[in-house]
Amino acid sequence: MGMTVVQKILARASGRSEVAVGDVVEPAVDLAMSHENAALVINQFQAIYEGTGLEPTLWDAARIAIVFDHRVPAESPKTATNQKRIRGFVGINGIAKFHDIRGDRGGICHQILPESGYILPGAVVVGTDSHTTSHGALGAFAFGVGATEMASIWALGHAVNVEVPATIKVNVSGVLPPMVGPKDVILHLVGKLGAAGATFRVLEFHGDAIRAMSTSGRLTLCNMAVEAGATSGIVPADAETIRYLKEEAGVLEAVHPVVPDRDAAYERTVDVDVSALAPQIACPHTVDNVRPVSEVAGRHVDQIVIGSCTNGRLDDLAVAAGILKGRKVASTTRMLVFPASGRIYQQALEAGYVADLVRAGAVVMNAGCGPCLGVHEGALGDGEVALSTTNRNFKGRMGNPASDVYLCSPAVAAASAVTGVITDPRQEGKP
Amino acid sequence: MSAASVVLVLGDDVSTDVIYPGRYMATVLPAETPQYAFADLGVFNAKLKAGAVPAGSVVVAGKNFGCGSSREQAVSALKGHELAIVAGSFARIFLQNAINLGLRLIEAPGVTAAEGDELAIGVTEVVNLTSGRRYAVRSLPAARQAIIEAGGLIPYTRKRLLGRSAAR
Repeated sequence: MGMTVVQKILARASGRSEVAVGDVVEPAVDLAMSHENAALVINQFQAIYEGTGLEPTLWDAARIAIVFDHRVPAESPKTATNQKRIRGFVGINGIAKFHDIRGDRGGICHQILPESGYILPGAVVVGTDSHTTSHGALGAFAFGVGATEMASIWALGHAVNVEVPATIKVNVSGVLPPMVGPKDVILHLVGKLGAAGATFRVLEFHGDAIRAMSTSGRLTLCNMAVEAGATSGIVPADAETIRYLKEEAGVLEAVHPVVPDRDAAYERTVDVDVSALAPQIACPHTVDNVRPVSEVAGRHVDQIVIGSCTNGRLDDLAVAAGILKGRKVASTTRMLVFPASGRIYQQALEAGYVADLVRAGAVVMNAGCGPCLGVHEGALGDGEVALSTTNRNFKGRMGNPASDVYLCSPAVAAASAVTGVITDPRQEGKP
Repeated sequence: MSAASVVLVLGDDVSTDVIYPGRYMATVLPAETPQYAFADLGVFNAKLKAGAVPAGSVVVAGKNFGCGSSREQAVSALKGHELAIVAGSFARIFLQNAINLGLRLIEAPGVTAAEGDELAIGVTEVVNLTSGRRYAVRSLPAARQAIIEAGGLIPYTRKRLLGRSAAR
């Protein structure tokens, strides 16, 4: 019986020749990532050893990554003290894959891991963040876990009692129209599957539109696989994956793509033709409440947000700068931009995108999670509306349950910044 | 079979932002998170904080309860009040976190109730004693039973480590 990509990865990581859906395995972990919630992981890790007479010992410090991104720079003494404590733990344990608050190598975990070359095809990646699904863009099996599960992995080096998930094959065909991109594809798919449509499933992406998509776009797709409930999204590694790892992530070692068997068994296949896809908007307050932009165009927007692990990469900023260069953000709205990493920030500076955006009236913030999860900046006022390239629009997500969040692509966000209302970027500039 | 009162009824897709808003995520200790359980549902949160919700009370919800973030505070906050959640279905990470921390979840597709209803919760079915309706319980993934039986993931992992060191 043929295996899907994730079955092959789980078989290898569990020391078996094959696994079937529903088998219970304990896969060895290749990379275990945490962010500020490492503070809780440390507590739980130490709790495991209480009363055992054993010294708390990380299974492999070289396979642990910690990236500060959720609250950078710290918004409160409490966060700053948590971060200080984590730094101490990192120092004592010699965790080299540590990314502090820095303009050169800091940023959002889901950008730092790929761009640092930490993720290779075929790897098992776990992270204490639900958007860990992102790393499937490089052909890894990557899934989110809670802090206690991470503490267990720090101690044991493997996940416990993992059921091999079924896989849904997603065939994405056609050529994306102008001003329509990967974000529109994944919003459309989440709308089609529903918020729980892929729970306990993996979304494995195929088709000519995927083969033609950059790694940046694939990261956007896999990032939001969790918004359909999926355990993970995965793009089988190909020539583009190898190009990205060698040219952009500095990987020197040989890269070995893992591809599905021809007779791999999928639970079902979902076909998406993008040739006539319109820009998509996820309306309040669920990510699967997706409509074409035409249905909500004209709605007033108080705050535009471009950035995050979903859409804060260089190509996203290029789209925004291309639309806003030489123009102004409408006086009735405000625009916040936060690049996904310090490296991307520098590249955007060198390309002139930051200047274009700032001259238009946008505020370009430091790399990090920023306003996405409503913890320390860019909060919304009562009754206000945000239009954002981030990944969630749940009630209260941006810090105020009395506000509305709409999700969109960078092109829609930038075109809407000019007008101050939700705007179809294909109509942008037309009278 | 245990009987319990329904203290809160919610719809589908209750996210972790509703259960435990992101702005309180710097608070991590299980002793401190319960004060922020359902923080944006002001009336219910006030009842919880006033100690007016007895342990074992039930929250009833629709499909995909706990969707969104992996934040474990969403589980420790509910566990701190010893609430039980009866829902049509649960999101994966929330379900796993609940098993790991020992929060009681009951998956009962189609379940409906009103605040104040009494539920009898059994291994195979939930009976709404007030409406008379019965709902089949879907058992949790078999692979997770070992963690539940150990009392959560911390004692389970501890046992595994001690087993390893004894084998050496």
